Parts: sequence; structure tokens; C-alpha cells
Amino acid sequence: MKPENLLFAKTHEWVAVTTEGGQKVATIGLSQFAVEALTDLVFIELPKVGRQVAAEESFCEVESVKAVSDVYAPVAGEVIAANDQLADNLELLSNSPYEEGWIARIKIADEAGLKNLMDYAAYQKQCAEESH
Amino acid sequence: MTTELLRTPLHDWHVAHGGRMVDFAGWSMPVQYSSIVEEHHATRNAVGVFDISHMGRLQFFRPAATNFLDTIVTRRVTDMKRYQIRYGLICNEDGGILDDVLVYSGLPSEGAFSMVVNASNREKIVAWLSKQQSAFPNKQFLSFGDNTLYIAMFAVQGPKALEILQPLFVGYEATSAVDLAAIPYYRFTFGWLGSQSNNHTVSVSRTGYTGEDGFEIMCNSNEAADIWALVIAAANRVGGMACGLGARDTLRLEAAMPLYGHELSETINPIQAGLGFAVNLKDRRFIGSEALARFAVDKSQPVRIGLELAGKRVPRQGCPVLQNDTVVGEVTSGTFSPTLEKPIAMAYVQPAAQALGMKLQIDIRGTQHPATVMPLPFYSRKKD
Repeated sequence: MKPENLLFAKTHEWVAVTTEGGQKVATIGLSQFAVEALTDLVFIELPKVGRQVAAEESFCEVESVKAVSDVYAPVAGEVIAANDQLADNLELLSNSPYEEGWIARIKIADEAGLKNLMDYAAYQKQCAEESH
Repeated sequence: MTTELLRTPLHDWHVAHGGRMVDFAGWSMPVQYSSIVEEHHATRNAVGVFDISHMGRLQFFRPAATNFLDTIVTRRVTDMKRYQIRYGLICNEDGGILDDVLVYSGLPSEGAFSMVVNASNREKIVAWLSKQQSAFPNKQFLSFGDNTLYIAMFAVQGPKALEILQPLFVGYEATSAVDLAAIPYYRFTFGWLGSQSNNHTVSVSRTGYTGEDGFEIMCNSNEAADIWALVIAAANRVGGMACGLGARDTLRLEAAMPLYGHELSETINPIQAGLGFAVNLKDRRFIGSEALARFAVDKSQPVRIGLELAGKRVPRQGCPVLQNDTVVGEVTSGTFSPTLEKPIAMAYVQPAAQALGMKLQIDIRGTQHPATVMPLPFYSRKKD
């Protein structure tokens, strides 16, 4: 997936919305900017499949040497998949943030959260301001 | 409200070399350039070079400096020989730690003293010293000043520190270059660093905060960039590199060196911090000595311990430490140890929970994780 085709949360998650069997599904990951800011990753605590999450709820934690960071669910719904590959291959987060580094998939229960997301151009602007 | 951050003389170098700059105690400092783990390993295996110009550097002059400092610092100052350095604490009347400091006898000149204090405590300590000075009987024979902004300081740490630094020192006329190998631990000397035609006067001490052999160099701020460039070039040739505050923290934590604001604070005394070696109560009085004499025999206070975890979750400052579901203490520092490749932490716990090998639990964000009490330090270098 190209970042230009994704939506982004203020808290640096990316979202790809697809329709599967009439049901909207959000695939979620961490932006390249976020992963680069974390560095020295140690561990990811993936969300459990079946968990119901609210929009903007922390549903995943990433440990780095320096700090622990929350990953927030950009939309409300049920976690239907988590990327188990990451457990032993944390480098996927930085090597392939928008493909193999995906974190979880959520069956969207409420699309309201999508309205708070921004496109890539707006997100890049936010990153430029943060890194200033 | 934003206030202008202080900058070391190397600030432009840090920015130009990818330093990720953060606000540390009011200074713009690099937390890392590449990766904390890479910088950490470079220091353990070769050499790491750290800009520590943010640390406070105070100077004390005139005949009463010795006796004044002896009333302030937990270690004896009156018997220090020239070129000697001592680690000590500055405590309040209750024995709480105001700062941990290094005292240098004979820096910058015979009879004078220098003190290196934490950046986060510099203003507090200057105010404290001013207050004590005004109450000091011989204050007319004492002067002190804060020269932090006029002096730069680097740490060069690691098994190759000696090898890369020695060739940078030059002699002058009949005086040969400083022999760094001859400087004992916790001593300093003066030397000329650079070339015959372009050299800089520096002080160089056998001290550090990483658990490795190494040196710390002080020089005039306006010469810092030249010296730094020479040291970095020499370090790069042996696999060494500039390191930020992130690696400085993981290195000192493995070496179990306390950090103010974590293991040390005004509500912690040196005895419980395991710093009894830096408290000399015999035949002397200093601020806090009466309280410390009581703490020295008090076996009921929480004590500093080391903990190791089996998983990969990393305990951080403030995480509760439990024994059978009862809180017995709190983590003060934690990280994922790059050398041991395990999460490690220091904590204060009730005395009953301090035994080596004891199984405790750490509450990390609401989940209990098993942890084992380990001897400190977590890491000691092999000595030849």
C-alpha cells in the first residue's frame, strides 16, 4: 500500500479501509514517521483477536529501549486479526511500515472515527511541524 | 510557555550529525544520533564520545574553600590531595540528597576546587551554596562561581578510550605529552591536546558514568568544537562514535550508577541508596551528618536493589514492585539492557524484599511480571 492511499490519525496510526463481504474492515499500522521516532524497538504487545475496541482507545503497546508507546485504535470495532509475524520480526515495522508491518485489522462497528482521520498530505504537514 | 533552551558549544555539530535534540534540564541535548543500542555497544566494545557540557561546573577559590566544602559534602574534603577527585553527596539537614557531585582538588589551580553537579540541579545547588556561604564564618576567605557556560566537557568511554586519546596529546618544549595510562582512577591532570602548532589546554580525568574505563575532558568552550572533532575522528577509526543521552542512560543503568531524579532525591538518603561509601561521618560534621548517623544504623528503611525480568516488557520509573500481591516498593529506573538483552531495573523496596534471588513482581501498566532480585551492578567490565 502506498501511504498516499491511506488515512492517518493524529497519533500516527495509518488506516486502510476495505470492504469484505459487505463489512468494512480497517487495517491498521504505524506510520514510518512514528516508527523512526521510536527506534530501538524491543517488543510489541499485540491486541487479542476478538477484543472490542473504542475509537482512540489504546489497544497495542510498543516497547523501545527508551520508552513504551501506545497504539490507538483509529476506529471502533472488533479486532479480527493481529499480525503475529511482528512478535519475532519487529524490524518489519520499520522495514515495511505500510505492508508487512501492519499491526491489526478491525471490523468497523462505527465509521464515525474515520471522520477524524487525515489524508497523507495533511499528515505530512503534521509530521513536519512535530519534527521542527 | 516556551523558554529558550541552553546550548552546548557542540550544539551545531549535534544537529548537523543527526542528533535527535530534546530538552534535558533546560538544555538542548542529543538523546541519540543513530540508535541507542548501536551507541551503547560502541561504548562497550570500542569507544563512545559524549558531550556532557550541560553538567554544572562550579569553582571555589581562596583559603577557606577547603573548609567550606567540608561542611557541604558527605565525603571529607580537607585531606584531598591535589589532582584527586572524590564522588560525594550534598545533603540537606534531614539527610535527603540535594545532588551527587564530583569534587576536584586543585582544579583549575593549586588550592582551588571544582565541583561537577547535575544539570538538573545546578541552579538549586548554586542557591544552596550561596545560602551556606552567607552563614559561613570565614566567608571573606571564600569565593565561588558557576563557570558552566564557559567550560565544555566530554566523556570518552570504552575499552579503546586510552588508545584513541593518547596520540591526541602533545608535549611542549621539555615537557613530554601526558601519559594517560598513568592517571589513576579518580585523578586528573592537565595536558595539551592537538598538534604542536595548534594545541589546547585541557584537564583530563579518569572518570566516567558508563562502567567502562575512560576519561573526561574539560576545555574552554570556544575550543570545544576543535577538540571534539579530533576526538570523534579518532573514535571513528576504531569503530567508536558520538553517543547521546539515551546510551548514557542504558550504560549507567547496567553499571548500577544512580541518577538524580530517579535513584536519588531529597526524600532519599545516601545510606539507603547504597552510597554509604561516599559518606564519611568519622570525626567531622557537615550538613546532614546528624541525620545520616541515624540512617547509618537504621535497618528499617527501603533500600536500592536491582531487578531482572524474564520477558520483554520493560519496567519504568514509578512501576510498583510487589511481593505476594502486596506493594513493597517502586521502580526508579528501567530499561532493556542492550548488553544482557533483558529488561533490568533499579528499585527501592522494603528490607524484607531485598534478598538476592528473591522472586518479586513488577506491575507494568496493570499487569504483574515476575522479576528476580539481582546483584548490582548488572554489568562490570573485565579488568586486565
